[in-house]
Amino acid sequence: MAESVRLIIDGEHADVPRGTSVAAAILNRGTWGFRRSVEAEVRGPLCGMGTCQECRLEINGEPHQRACMAMCVDGMVVRTGRASD
Amino acid sequence: MSESTADAVIIGAGIVGAACALVLSSHGVRCAVIDAGIVGGGATSAGMGHVCVIDDSEPQFALSSLSVGLWRELRDRLPRGAEFDGCGTLWIAANAAELDAAGRKAERLAARGIRAELLDGASLAQAEPRLRPGLAGGLLMPDDSVVYAPVAARWMLDQAEAAGSRVRLGGSVVSIGPSRVGLENGESISAPWIISATGVWAPQLTPGLPVRPRKGHLAISDRYPGLCRRQLVELAYITHAHGHSDESVSFNLQPRPTGQLLIGSSRQYAGHDPAVEPRVLALVLARAIDFVPALAGVHITRAWTGFRAATPDSLPIIGPHPAQPRLLLATGHEGLGLTNSLGTARLVASHMGLEPAPIDPTPFLASRFRSAIHG
Amino acid sequence: MEHRHAKVVVIGAGPAGLAAAARAGEHGCSVLVIDDNPDSGGQIWRGDHGLRARTWRARCAAAGVAFVHETAVIGESAPGTLVAGRPRGPMRVRFERLVLATGARELFLPFPGWTLPGVFGAGGLQALVKSGFDVRGMVIPVVGSGPLLPVIAAYLRGRGARVPIVAEQASAASMRGLATGLLGAPAKLIQAIRLRAALWRTPYRTGYWPVQATGEDRVREVKVSNGQRTLTIACDALACGFGLVPNIHVASTLGCHITEGRVDVSDLMRTSREGVFAAGEALGVGGVECALVEGEIAGLAAAGAEDEAADLRGRRARARAFAGALSDAFRLREELRRVVDDATVVCRCEDVRWGRVRARSCWRDAKLQTRCGMGPCQGRVCGPAMAFLRGWRVGDSRPPVYPAGAKDLAVALGSAGASAAPDERGLRERTNMEPER
Repeated sequence: MAESVRLIIDGEHADVPRGTSVAAAILNRGTWGFRRSVEAEVRGPLCGMGTCQECRLEINGEPHQRACMAMCVDGMVVRTGRASD
Repeated sequence: MSESTADAVIIGAGIVGAACALVLSSHGVRCAVIDAGIVGGGATSAGMGHVCVIDDSEPQFALSSLSVGLWRELRDRLPRGAEFDGCGTLWIAANAAELDAAGRKAERLAARGIRAELLDGASLAQAEPRLRPGLAGGLLMPDDSVVYAPVAARWMLDQAEAAGSRVRLGGSVVSIGPSRVGLENGESISAPWIISATGVWAPQLTPGLPVRPRKGHLAISDRYPGLCRRQLVELAYITHAHGHSDESVSFNLQPRPTGQLLIGSSRQYAGHDPAVEPRVLALVLARAIDFVPALAGVHITRAWTGFRAATPDSLPIIGPHPAQPRLLLATGHEGLGLTNSLGTARLVASHMGLEPAPIDPTPFLASRFRSAIHG
Repeated sequence: MEHRHAKVVVIGAGPAGLAAAARAGEHGCSVLVIDDNPDSGGQIWRGDHGLRARTWRARCAAAGVAFVHETAVIGESAPGTLVAGRPRGPMRVRFERLVLATGARELFLPFPGWTLPGVFGAGGLQALVKSGFDVRGMVIPVVGSGPLLPVIAAYLRGRGARVPIVAEQASAASMRGLATGLLGAPAKLIQAIRLRAALWRTPYRTGYWPVQATGEDRVREVKVSNGQRTLTIACDALACGFGLVPNIHVASTLGCHITEGRVDVSDLMRTSREGVFAAGEALGVGGVECALVEGEIAGLAAAGAEDEAADLRGRRARARAFAGALSDAFRLREELRRVVDDATVVCRCEDVRWGRVRARSCWRDAKLQTRCGMGPCQGRVCGPAMAFLRGWRVGDSRPPVYPAGAKDLAVALGSAGASAAPDERGLRERTNMEPER
């Protein structure tokens, strides 16, 4: 079993194997909506490789971070679903 | 070879040409608006979209305050996409000297019926908490506004078309004869009046016009709603000469209704190369961060440049060409093309005898540069 | 701010970048590879420990090639100096020769429902699974177009998903043309047979394309059609891609000539800019074989070994010819232009719908009048879609290449970039502080 890291996603602890992307960690919790679009539609990851910007969310208080490009690290705080991000 | 007629040909579908089409067609004038590119493809789309009263000279004050009022009258008719936002301008005084100057400016403006509210340091910090601490104060101009110019221009042309004018895009004008305009493809349009609203390209069609491109850099961010409320501009220009240096950078921050932040700005006499210059972009961003430290982490999604049509005395050229009385020039607005477009259109209408002049037209006449223009 | 310097700098650590880096390194050049991802391999070799991936990684290591990962090139501060963004701040990289191996991204075409959560790019879903997304037990149709669809379907099955269908929009007739073409490429044929074996329980339907995805808060069902028959397939997620689009933003920002969405190169992979080479998918989608040989040519030419580079031109021509046959076989059908309805979002960043954008006269007019392509992805998704749907020329990329922090940009692009922040006094002296108009 790979070494695991613990982060906080939407206020709840999540333990994931090291090397897991933030996007994968969120999807694995059953959360498919990552952000709200400018017209408040719920959106989730599309391209998985950093170009489409659909998986943007807040990481450690910084908005507009790409969940597919960020790797989970210990103590990371992730927030999904902010309106009009 | 196709030949058509109109009451007036307007060359240029930027905000100035579009405003002329709007005003003239409201007088029943059937305009033919021609542009080599798309609606608002030049300075109209490159600029910030700031509509503001500027009082650095009497004529500029007259034209800009007239125009700001006309924009307010238009606000309820504009489509949502024009993003009219009466957010006002907050001029920032960095030190006591600037605040003193701001106080005098407020008095001058008040005497002329323009609302202007002086803020001390504490009130400024309360009004815009993300400004760096320790600033001396500011001058709030609540009647200034922000408009998304390309959509406003498109709407003005739609109104003109509904009133019987037509818009011809993708057609390059190659000749302006008396009462006739020739296009690249051989087409020609005859009209008793020709209006050249060609901005920075004016000297190509009417040689000798003292209009020079003055390059500007802008950057826009991702969405950060609420980071600031007003258009924030540094006031340092009051204590510094408003000159024609080859390069200058000033702090200018605009909250878009989308939550994006438009960050400016620079002025350069640097030829026609539209490339974004990394050094200049860096200066623009650094200056903005200096005033609003919270901008440091803001994601910049795009940077671009545009060219303002600058004249030697910073006033636009509005009125008949010295050698062709029925060729009306409407160019040279530098960075105030959006603001002054509506006032310019009224002056153009008055030169055509359609309405009385709303302000003294003399300071804007091309004949003030007589030595430079030989018909 | 960190400064790096190498004789040959390579942007992109996919097959083309690795081949270029290895070849230039083997000729004695100092080589630095800059890559956006946590590991080398690009999208195609992400997490791949197959023989070829291992071989090229080993050759890079043996040649002393240096890597910086999780680093995205965002611009150029002065000719020959790249600026790159990283999680821990910007860096500057000076180069004498540059190889652009920026790869490709997926082409997404809009259809009603494509914005629902759970509709992933096909390659996008594979990338997410490789980074830990657990798809065991999920029902995932794979739809769209291109040779990667069966590869991805097989991968998803291998990771425990059920793939009820692979729907390829290209017709069986055009696929048959490809089968003949395959005989000339044994490696490809073997690969195809292997895939067939892996997919033996998955129907591979040609001539079917997605027309609608539905679901409340995420996708639950997809409809695919062949123009006469529509199949409705219940699903937990949808993998959907229509082929690949060359990534040209870096090349374009550096001033290299672009023609029809591809970087222009000579037969030795020289771009229009002196000292700058390009290889792989950025020149037009060609697949791994093509990327590898072009990477080798670019790396050799960048190292000055032009004769050796020239010897590889025949191999490249064959690889490109095969790529051409592939792209003919998978040509996108007319009907895909008619799947969108007026309410379909085309630009996902700005929620611009087809009904608003379709009447515009060109890409720039659409940008100015509707905000299409003006969001943070800068038209990387909707641009190629609009190029397909309306035939527009789409191509005005503007710096920064990727969204970057204002301070990082100010520091890295500025002439005072060596210090932590621009010198404030120097800044004031250089400015005249006029009002913006």
